[in-house]
Amino acid sequence: MLVQEKNSLTEEIEKYVEELGKDRSALLEILHLLQKKHRCIPDFAQQEVARLLDIHPVEVFSVITFYSFLNAEPKGRNIVRVCQTISCDMKGKDNLCNAIEREIGIKFGETSKDNKFTLEYTNCLGLCDQGPAMAVNDRVYTSLTPEKAVEILNGVK
Amino acid sequence: MENKENRAPISQKPHMVEKPAHPEHIGGSITVEINEKKITVPMGTTILEACRENQIHIPTLCHHEDLCIAGVCRLCVVEVEGMRTLQASCAYPITSPMKIKTSTPMVRKARRHILDLMLSEHYGECYSCVRNNNCELQKLANEYGVDSYTFGHVKESQHQIDDSSYSVVRDMDKCILCKRCVRTCIDLQEVGVLEAINRGDKTTISTFMEKPLADVICINCGQCINRCPTGALHEKDDSDDIWNVIDDPTKHVVIQTAPSPRAAIGEEFGLPAGHSMTGQMNTALKRIGFDAVFDTNFTADLTIIEEGTELILRLYKALVEKDNSVSLPQFTSCSPGWVKYIEHFYPEYLPNMSSAKSPQQMFGALIKTFYADKIGVDPKDVVSVAVMPCSAKKFECNRPEMDDSGFKDVDYGLTTRELAKMIKEAGIHLPEMPKSHFDSPFGDASGAGLIFGATGGVMEAAIRSVVEFVTGAKAEDIFEKANVLPVRGFEGVKIVELPIGDKVGPVPELIKHLVPNWDWLKGATLKVAVAHGTANAKKVMENIIAGGELASCHFIEFMACPGGCIGGGGQPIPTTPEIRKKRAEAIYAEDESLELRKSHDNPFVVQIYKEFLTDGPCGHKSHELLHTHYTKRGKYIA
Amino acid sequence: MQNRKNRKGAVLFTDYNRGRSIKKALSMSREEVLFEIKESKLKGRGGAGFPTSTKWMLTAAAKSDVKYVICNADEGEPGTFKDRVLLSEYPDLVFDGMVIAGYVIGAKEGIVYLRGEYEYMLDSLNEYLEVIRKENLLGKNILGKDKSKEGFDFDIRIHLGNGAYVCGEETALIESLEGHRGEARNRPPFPVNSGFKGKPTTVNNVETLAAVTKIIENSGKWYQEHGTDKSTGSKLFSVSGDCEKPGVYELPWGTKISELLKIVSAKNTKAVQVGGASGICLDKSQFNRTLGYEDMPTGGSIIVFNESRNMLKVLKNFMEFFVEESCGQCTPCRIGNVKLLEGVKMIERNEFTFNYINKLKELGATMQVASKCGLGQSSPNSFISILENFKDEILNTGLNSTSFGNGGNNGK
Ligand SMILES: Cc1cc2nc3c(=O)[nH]c(=O)nc-3n(C[C@H](O)[C@H](O)[C@H](O)COP(=O)(O)O)c2cc1C
Ligand code: FES
Repeated sequence: MLVQEKNSLTEEIEKYVEELGKDRSALLEILHLLQKKHRCIPDFAQQEVARLLDIHPVEVFSVITFYSFLNAEPKGRNIVRVCQTISCDMKGKDNLCNAIEREIGIKFGETSKDNKFTLEYTNCLGLCDQGPAMAVNDRVYTSLTPEKAVEILNGVK
Repeated sequence: MENKENRAPISQKPHMVEKPAHPEHIGGSITVEINEKKITVPMGTTILEACRENQIHIPTLCHHEDLCIAGVCRLCVVEVEGMRTLQASCAYPITSPMKIKTSTPMVRKARRHILDLMLSEHYGECYSCVRNNNCELQKLANEYGVDSYTFGHVKESQHQIDDSSYSVVRDMDKCILCKRCVRTCIDLQEVGVLEAINRGDKTTISTFMEKPLADVICINCGQCINRCPTGALHEKDDSDDIWNVIDDPTKHVVIQTAPSPRAAIGEEFGLPAGHSMTGQMNTALKRIGFDAVFDTNFTADLTIIEEGTELILRLYKALVEKDNSVSLPQFTSCSPGWVKYIEHFYPEYLPNMSSAKSPQQMFGALIKTFYADKIGVDPKDVVSVAVMPCSAKKFECNRPEMDDSGFKDVDYGLTTRELAKMIKEAGIHLPEMPKSHFDSPFGDASGAGLIFGATGGVMEAAIRSVVEFVTGAKAEDIFEKANVLPVRGFEGVKIVELPIGDKVGPVPELIKHLVPNWDWLKGATLKVAVAHGTANAKKVMENIIAGGELASCHFIEFMACPGGCIGGGGQPIPTTPEIRKKRAEAIYAEDESLELRKSHDNPFVVQIYKEFLTDGPCGHKSHELLHTHYTKRGKYIA
Repeated sequence: MQNRKNRKGAVLFTDYNRGRSIKKALSMSREEVLFEIKESKLKGRGGAGFPTSTKWMLTAAAKSDVKYVICNADEGEPGTFKDRVLLSEYPDLVFDGMVIAGYVIGAKEGIVYLRGEYEYMLDSLNEYLEVIRKENLLGKNILGKDKSKEGFDFDIRIHLGNGAYVCGEETALIESLEGHRGEARNRPPFPVNSGFKGKPTTVNNVETLAAVTKIIENSGKWYQEHGTDKSTGSKLFSVSGDCEKPGVYELPWGTKISELLKIVSAKNTKAVQVGGASGICLDKSQFNRTLGYEDMPTGGSIIVFNESRNMLKVLKNFMEFFVEESCGQCTPCRIGNVKLLEGVKMIERNEFTFNYINKLKELGATMQVASKCGLGQSSPNSFISILENFKDEILNTGLNSTSFGNGGNNGK
């Protein structure tokens, strides 16, 4: 990481800490903001957060690895999460996923070479009455057909 | 534990219900029924404590007396009347009357199931494990009759062994996720290297970004090893290398033994804690095949002279010459865990560190110079081994700067546990050994060097000498039997003030060339402090940074391990406050039994300054061989 | 946001003017409000069914200057989505309930723990909070409560989860709020005494808080008249799976499964999973059972399976869920769920023995009593009930590896 990048990251985190406080209870909110902006929480950022909240870097890392929506390693620009839980499963999640894999050319759990997509399964999205459901970043799509899903992904930048 | 105020998350703070100050007052205690027997306990006592005090044995794995509560292994579950689920006795504070049953069919079945589950994921064979016969999981499986793999068993290794560190090896195949190491590293020591990562079935213990231990800010204190119930954490074993050099006739292999191993090694041979084995160990080491056995206490005595002189020089510069650049308080530097801790966490305070090497490294430098010369052996053929209570000593002897003899000053750092293994392997039962003395030319050392093993010991040794140096009086006249009681004991941070008074003596011969007289110390008060465990060290450092009381100290002793070296990361397992107390008692008792109890009285010390370190303490030669420098490491993990 | 769908119900899905219950509550003493809740016999709707009045009483009685109200909107139980509907269509009921809770227990701060999956609702919820803040239903000196007495200050913030089912467990939720891994705490102490930041805290489900608003609006006695004797009021059911009309239904407690199936137009039903993955699975012979604390308590997740479904695949899906979502701290849950899943896979491959399956069921029983939190305590429920109720299909036909049903979509 370049010194300049590091400095701007530090500045950004300092700003968050100023807003949210130095208490550990601010940790997840800070991580959420970083994740949103950078699509991951790089190790330098983790250490800066740890420094400013006076906790150990490994604690920050530990928290990140616990939660599904936080990650230390970069993912694609668009994270596609298909619900794998029972109700969506019964409504044809497999067909949906097969179609997406074919169309994007990668498997679930992978990130495309151009970094455009990361495909993931997720547990219950709370849209069981309108399955199968899929989330692309923080937008959700329901009652999908394979065709519709692919169309949505094609429309994503 | 000595220090209740730790960083543990609120949920894990010990005894969330405060115990009353006076359990005999109304409402201060509660009567419960355990296995149909009425028992009265202070409010807030956990079920486990109540049981243990009444001779009811409950199996535990995640519980450890030194650590905050976890309640995660679930082995200690008991039945409480009226509750649907079993309760973890280690984590259940008694605050109301209840009926408890500790051994019912449901409880026994649950405990077996839990052991079954742990074993199903526990990869590795017991007979090839360092902890064979001293493994809590093995013992419990045996006690509970878990003799088959009910739920299968992992067929192949799931994790790579991390042996990147000189000191600590992590074998996560054997980990049962009790998190004792995590609580040790984060709450007890506040170093913060180990934590649980991921969740669900992917949970494991790891480091920041899953880096090798050598690349993170581990201080090698080995406290995690001491508290690991299984063989998932152990020191890097150097014994094979040592057997090889012993078997090599061209090598002259010498060993120095620190004070703490002798106070604890008996535990490895089935003796209760608190038996000193100095003489027996000397004999055993010779029988194993070491060519010479030396007492590290000799260089501990030397450390006192060097470090004490350094302190006097700093004080003189600051008080008389008004030199503002002098860093005070001076910090001790004999604990390699502490050294690495300050290098990582407070590098800006490195000028405060005494530049004196640790006794181990001083000895190393002398063995390959003074000693090799004396016996007429080429230093390249001398192999220097150190038995230490410590895992960090392995890292210390591998520091690149530790080569002032022109060779690697100390070739191997051996823990008490490794040595016990070697002694057993040689077919020796230590307690049966006759006693013998240390070898010349260094001989037996003083009791002052011996007490280095317990927290406060370095300070006590220093005080015994400094007081005599400065006042000209006998330490015995000031402290009864020369026992400096205020610096002893297991309180986290101890501060002691020593008024010097108006009577000062002549400057002793040894340092006459350094200070003209003691007049400048007349009426002064020497203020010293002692901290053990890096969590306490952190408190001291923060206090100094904030300009608190400790900033006005002159000299501070720091030990990385709780209890000092007797609680070191290379000592026999288990460790508890009680065991550490016993070991310390053994050391203090041995000290009191000795004639020679002050470093400066050690005739060999006097002699070495005459013969070899001829320009005196902190002189040119001693700086070359006995002093060192430190590395600003910082906290950033690249 | 405010476009309430045309939902029908007796208690929650009714008209309400925001602030009405707050106004009423503030005109009463804390004890009077508590009395109404007690009279209503409301039990927690998050699944555990703990009497709400007791929880509030304990929190109110705990000595502390600072207390917290937490609204548990982590809704992660497979097949549950009623809280999403409440928050998006009836935020007035939920937030008014939180204000009332704050008033009763003496809290100044309320926190909504909104699951990360619902992030798309965050902006509109915050906007809503801003609106009611302007109306002084939130903030300093709410509704200018009686000048002679001290004003009542209360504000609400929304905390977003980050994808972890176990954070719905109240103590794991609090750990998460404090910036830790979502690992359940040891109890006691309970959150009512030592919760968020060690302060007395009441954690309530979204639906519980919405019910409180209605109870204060209409009195506890009125609420009690709905439902049955022990299960008062109504319940929201999230219905999904093989039925023509999935969705959220407000039904009185005491409704039979068979009645519910009729309402949602389920045909050829073979099985009903009540209470989500951690609930139990009923076969046809049990469809006459009633929903309610007397018989089948539930957080409201109803998943319907028709004749074409392979129950082993269903079970596998549930067990995979738990293996992933266990927080991983305690042994029975972390490894136990893995063993149960392995058992399912053995059956799938036709490599099981009855003896081993029985051992796994016993292990399940241990998990139910020895796990640290509700996750591990309830995860064996579906394993035990599916293998019990669909024994013939799963263990006695040997068809598992071939038949799939319905185009093979309900497994991975
Ligand atoms: C694994 C697990 C997940 C839970 N998830 C939720 C949840 O998503 N929403 C909820 O309200 N309660 C959930 N609970 C129940 C809560 O622990 C708690 O009982 C509830 O929030 C209390 O609110 P109530 O009394 O209003 O029901 C869960 C419990 C467990 C064990
Ligand atoms: S010893 Fe109590 S849960 Fe581990």
